[in-house]
Amino acid sequence: MGLKTVAETIKEVTRNHLTKNHGLLLGESITAVGWVNNTVPDCPGIVELPMTDVAGAGIAVGAALVGRRPIFVIRFQDFLILNGSPLIFYAAKTKELHDKSAPVFVRAIGADGLGPVHSGILHSIFMHFPGFRICSPMTPGEYEEIWENFLANDDPMIVSEHRASYGNTQELNDRIVDNADITLYAISSVRFELHKAAETLEAEGIKCNLVHLLWLKPFVVTERLTEPLLQSKKGVVIDPGYEIAGASQSLAYELNQATGCKVKALGLYDRSKCLCPPLQNKAPDAARIYETVKMLLNE
Amino acid sequence: MRSSTFGIIPGLSNTINQDISLEIFRRMCRVRYFEKGLIEAVKNGAITYPIYLSSGQESIAAAMSLVIPEFMIFAQHRCHATYLSFGGDTGRLKDELFGLPGGTSGGRAGSNCIQCHENNITMYGHHGLIGENVPLAVGAALGSGKPAVSFFGDGATEEDYVFAAMGFAVSQKLPVLFVCEDNNLSILTKVDVRRSWSMTNVAQALGMPAVDITDDPWTIYRKVQEFKKNLPAFMNIYTCRENWHMGTGTDGKPEWDRFSLVKDECNKRGLAKEICQIEKETQDQMKELWD
Ligand SMILES: Cc1ncc(C[n+]2csc(CCOP(=O)(O)OP(=O)(O)O)c2C)c(N)n1
Ligand SMILES: [Mg+2]
Repeated sequence: MGLKTVAETIKEVTRNHLTKNHGLLLGESITAVGWVNNTVPDCPGIVELPMTDVAGAGIAVGAALVGRRPIFVIRFQDFLILNGSPLIFYAAKTKELHDKSAPVFVRAIGADGLGPVHSGILHSIFMHFPGFRICSPMTPGEYEEIWENFLANDDPMIVSEHRASYGNTQELNDRIVDNADITLYAISSVRFELHKAAETLEAEGIKCNLVHLLWLKPFVVTERLTEPLLQSKKGVVIDPGYEIAGASQSLAYELNQATGCKVKALGLYDRSKCLCPPLQNKAPDAARIYETVKMLLNE
Repeated sequence: MRSSTFGIIPGLSNTINQDISLEIFRRMCRVRYFEKGLIEAVKNGAITYPIYLSSGQESIAAAMSLVIPEFMIFAQHRCHATYLSFGGDTGRLKDELFGLPGGTSGGRAGSNCIQCHENNITMYGHHGLIGENVPLAVGAALGSGKPAVSFFGDGATEEDYVFAAMGFAVSQKLPVLFVCEDNNLSILTKVDVRRSWSMTNVAQALGMPAVDITDDPWTIYRKVQEFKKNLPAFMNIYTCRENWHMGTGTDGKPEWDRFSLVKDECNKRGLAKEICQIEKETQDQMKELWD
């Protein structure tokens, strides 16, 4: 126990779905180039789609309409813009309009440092539209949880994965301390930076609560989220996507509304991600988290 | 190319069983007179939001529905004829148009998004993006192994995802019939202003049987019988809409009126009395429905 990686978990969940649950797995080049970072099992039920990023999503949604609960792989989240139309305008609306659901499990894979159209984190765009469940699992246990959630409901689900998580075997637990000065909420890959950021801050006597965000939508503001903030009075929501109109701003607003506490958003700068350093505009790292917290505490 | 006679197989109305001819006409009447009631309702101000009329194009669904009643249906916005011909309930369609709970989608979806999941009919609702229904039909056939028909317009054929999905259907040998109801218009822009190529040629190049024909229902009936055994396949059917793209207005007489042509043909075949009776019965039913 505890030694299974996220990639192995995905593979196992998928194999079960395809072999025991009459499921389907669709995507482009999913049985080549490392079988999607070794997350795809070699078994029946896999459909290789041609390189057709709008029709492909429509085909997956069609399979969802007839009850196959397809897993649909998007190798880089940026491709969600092309694939988004059938997901947003069909899958996410059909239940409300027609009382007919199209539960498709969208594995949208995030990465960083791969240039302007292969490093995006696009879950925020989907949060904007009604009809989706949206989550960003980074641990084996979380992946199992969200898969169960998918099976227990009939909504399309956007699963904002990240390559940085695939080798992870550990669960990431909240850490709440007495008399914290700040509560840090993190999403997706930046969750792996939290401890480092906290260590730097704590070296200067700044005490941090660390809270991990798995669910982006529905975003239920529970006591687990509000209690640490009510105690620290200040918080930051950190997301590897763009800050403007992004998950970090949206969730910071929710937390602020629920508690009255000051909550800042930290995400990407408003500029393209270039392939070469130093212009990669990477996800906020420990250093940026540190700077943001210092600024907030000095305000 | 495009005409009221293009590709007609001669003499079919004589060889195809008379009951079929009469049933085709009955289904055409159902649509025509349902929509006449609807047009009145719009003119009286009882319905105030966008509606998309099938009048003028009725023969396509009327003929198809007799050959492939069991197919899953994925229609586009101009879908009243599809719904009614395949056996949808007029009362439920009317309720949907009035936004009532008894409607096909509980009154939430409206004219361009009609669905049906009763009386052995499986028709998935459209949402309003032209051609979106084509990949959906392909995915549904892939997922279920069951045959599907996808109806779309000449405008929708130009959507990249439409032929991408058609190509995939060929690669996977999926049982999908692709039907383009070619009224020569995307809203008000004619086909030759928009493109220099023919979708029938594209479909053939993708590797599926494909044909251009006019909306003569007997020819459609026979071609669907043929194509049904050899799916996926594509049919481009020339047709004319009577009314504006949206709403009840008209721009003068359409290029041809298939409804009258079918009546004439039935009369020639000695079915004048039966035709008259069907038309009268349908008029009465629709009057009752709309009164
Ligand atoms: C993806 C998309 N692009 C554009 C439109 C706007 N639009 C609505 S209907 C229509 C014309 C469609 O023409 P056609 O497919 O030939 O159908 P017809 O109305 O002639 O039956 C257009 C362009 C749309 N609804 N969806
Ligand atoms: Mg048209």
